[in-house]
Amino acid sequence: MVNPNVQGKTYPATSPYLVGREKIREFAHAVKSTNPMNLDVFAAQAAGYDDVIAPPTFAVVIQERSLATVLADPEADIDFSRVVHGDQRFIHARPIVAGDELTSVLEVASVKSLGAHSMVTFETKIFDIEKALVCTAISTLVVRGDE
Amino acid sequence: MAHINIASLEVGQEIGTTEFLLTRDSLVRYAGASGDFNSIHYRDDIAAAVGLPGVLAHGMLTMGAAVQVAVDWVGDAGRIADYQVRFTKPVVVDPVDGAVLVVTGKVGAIDEENRLVRIDLTAVFNETTVLGKAQAQVRV
Repeated sequence: MVNPNVQGKTYPATSPYLVGREKIREFAHAVKSTNPMNLDVFAAQAAGYDDVIAPPTFAVVIQERSLATVLADPEADIDFSRVVHGDQRFIHARPIVAGDELTSVLEVASVKSLGAHSMVTFETKIFDIEKALVCTAISTLVVRGDE
Repeated sequence: MAHINIASLEVGQEIGTTEFLLTRDSLVRYAGASGDFNSIHYRDDIAAAVGLPGVLAHGMLTMGAAVQVAVDWVGDAGRIADYQVRFTKPVVVDPVDGAVLVVTGKVGAIDEENRLVRIDLTAVFNETTVLGKAQAQVRV
């Protein structure tokens, strides 16, 4: 069982992650994107972006960095081998652009029990170097208990 | 890029269907690109040991591929303002044949004032819907 007392707990900001142009292209290919905004600098600039932009789900890479700190927290007591991804949402204030330096702050929004299982919802806010909000990532993990 | 005439859209209208072939190569590529190296996504023995029907696609790969239908429709990945899914069924990826994911997008709601269109996505694998409440809010 996940410790219900971590509901409301906030984890410190992660160290900055520098979003690389080739990383965006690599991720775009991996999710089968053919959108020029993800791949072609000139197309992205013609649309008004400084550089290629990331696919809508790229923020998961940043979210995972925050999630890793929770999974390593003995107080939360989350057994990663029992974790199943329940749902995921990304609310974008703006797209992630190559060159961004992003940090994230995670809050445990809720811990619920569902029989032997726990459902933990995390809200990760992703900020750029100017401390402006770029994306809010909301993720629910189901932690399977003993049947 | 904003070639979509919001006034001409109707709720229920189909915006497109794309077939994605997810192979084991796709899973390895996604693992590397995303940093999710959970071995249930590439090792049959470990998938079997934890009671899974086979090696599964990353839910986030399914989510990431599905939204491309909305991205292709609007033409700009930066116009996806909000995107959510529930992971309801696993996508089992055969080592030889892979898995075919068929994604269809439909107009779910239209907000003319804010120029937002909700695209509802249906992702089907093996005649089963694998994502629930898959919705993208698109700025048009």
